[in-house]
Amino acid sequence: MNETAAWVIFIAAIFTNNILLTNFLGMCSFIACSGQIKTSLGLGTAVIFVMIMTTMINFVVYHFVLVPYSLVHLQYIVFIAVIAAFVQLVEMFVERFSPKLYFALGIFLPLITVNCAILGASLFMIIREYSFMQSVGFGLGAGIGWAVAIVLLAGLRQKMRYSHVPKCFEGVAIAMVVTGVLAMTFMGFAGMVAIQ
Amino acid sequence: MGLSIYLYSVFSFSGLVILLSAGLMIAERFLINYGICKLDINAGEKPLEVEGGQTLLSSLYANEIFIPSACGGKGSCGHCKVTVTSGGGPVLPTELPYLTRKEIRSGMRLACQVKVREDIYIRIPTDYLNVKLFTSTVESTRQLTHDIKEIRLKLDDSQEISQRPGQYVQVQAPSPDGPVFRAYSISSPVYEPTAVELVVRLVPGGIGSTYLHNLSVDDQVSFTGPYGDFYLNEDPSVEIICVGGGCGMAPMKNIIYTLYDRWPNRSCWLFFGCRSTEDIFYLERFKDLEKKHPNFHVIYALSDELKPEEKWDGETGFIHLAVDKYLEHGIPRQAFLCGPPLMIEAVTRVLEEKGIRPDDIFYDEF
Repeated sequence: MNETAAWVIFIAAIFTNNILLTNFLGMCSFIACSGQIKTSLGLGTAVIFVMIMTTMINFVVYHFVLVPYSLVHLQYIVFIAVIAAFVQLVEMFVERFSPKLYFALGIFLPLITVNCAILGASLFMIIREYSFMQSVGFGLGAGIGWAVAIVLLAGLRQKMRYSHVPKCFEGVAIAMVVTGVLAMTFMGFAGMVAIQ
Repeated sequence: MGLSIYLYSVFSFSGLVILLSAGLMIAERFLINYGICKLDINAGEKPLEVEGGQTLLSSLYANEIFIPSACGGKGSCGHCKVTVTSGGGPVLPTELPYLTRKEIRSGMRLACQVKVREDIYIRIPTDYLNVKLFTSTVESTRQLTHDIKEIRLKLDDSQEISQRPGQYVQVQAPSPDGPVFRAYSISSPVYEPTAVELVVRLVPGGIGSTYLHNLSVDDQVSFTGPYGDFYLNEDPSVEIICVGGGCGMAPMKNIIYTLYDRWPNRSCWLFFGCRSTEDIFYLERFKDLEKKHPNFHVIYALSDELKPEEKWDGETGFIHLAVDKYLEHGIPRQAFLCGPPLMIEAVTRVLEEKGIRPDDIFYDEF
């Protein structure tokens, strides 16, 4: 059992153990949707919501279904199936009850199904043996951390549009370099709190 | 243990997936159920009631209103434009590449992307209401040149098509991702309402032309039509100019034969541009027509240099040069062009120099 308080895990998941900048999970949508702050904010919000909900659901599925029936070896595909089904459900809900939100977020939802940060959060929760409250803290923190990272990169990329990037570094290449620099700045937080 | 753990895993995972899909299907029943929505076309001209939750395009198809669409509703051709006056929701990012700013302001949308969620009011050209789905049988096929084929389709069950010359049909062609529609001009004249003839050039890798070229007699073909907003000028003193290039012959043949069926003495010019002598087709039959109708003139021009073994005593060079050479200035005319974009551009310029108003020049670009 892990003894760290849930709020510490929450803070740590945003800063010291940012799922994107220290674990480099969810890079594909991170690079693809960081062109504008507005879109990245939309995607970030959707990720926060889906991440916290799926960690909660997967916690329940793992501890009340997979463990008792000794199906732990199936956790990967079960988690993916649960995430996919949940995202579909959310898409329908949002489409039905908030068309406005649907047009703002809805187009990002299918993209999230295959975002590995979501699956990563669920798996970390199992590996680190979090309790339910800790999982909620971690899911929320990891989601916010991912959103912070993508919004930061989007802001930088918007600024970079007016700078003279060497031809060979234009586009994704410079985005990767900037991501590396961002990750290094986040290393400054390392050691403040440690979660494992 | 051994094998049983695999079976156990497979069964439990399948069980989970079935459970999840069942849950989703139930959710879909309750959530994506928009009830019956009103679909109003052209301010009450054709009020419909449709099941909500589907796309506008499929709702219209289900009610036998056939909007032109080439990609089969995937949002990749941009042909299914309709004007939504109310009830369509905001324009989606998937539509933006196909709409100009002016079209967005006028409420234009892609019917395959708009979902019917509430009562919806749309405007479409009245012609679309007359479009029908036809089933037909291949009556004959004929190789016109090395890559152009004439395909004659006989409509099944004594159906009749009421077309205007210059209009086109959308042939349904099978593709790996489901049926797609491809547009082809009707080359058979208006007075043959039980048949549709197409002139098809084989495009390497093209879905529609490959399908049509591989048809043999007695095969079944489905298509919708007629589409197109060309109206032949009804005033017999107006001269008709047809300019075609490559395989842009189909609408011209329709226009010319329909024209001489109604007005045997009407003046008409056909200019047709080919590359070399082996691309020439239909020249004989137009020469015969020229003998029957003294006011009909046919000019073919070859754009490539003649090879030593080729015999040709007609025009050479690009077709707009021939148009420039033969037409006099200032006669009331209507022109129909069909061919590649560069040809259209060059011919349009020549015709405008000859005093034809831009409104009287119609074209099919491909």
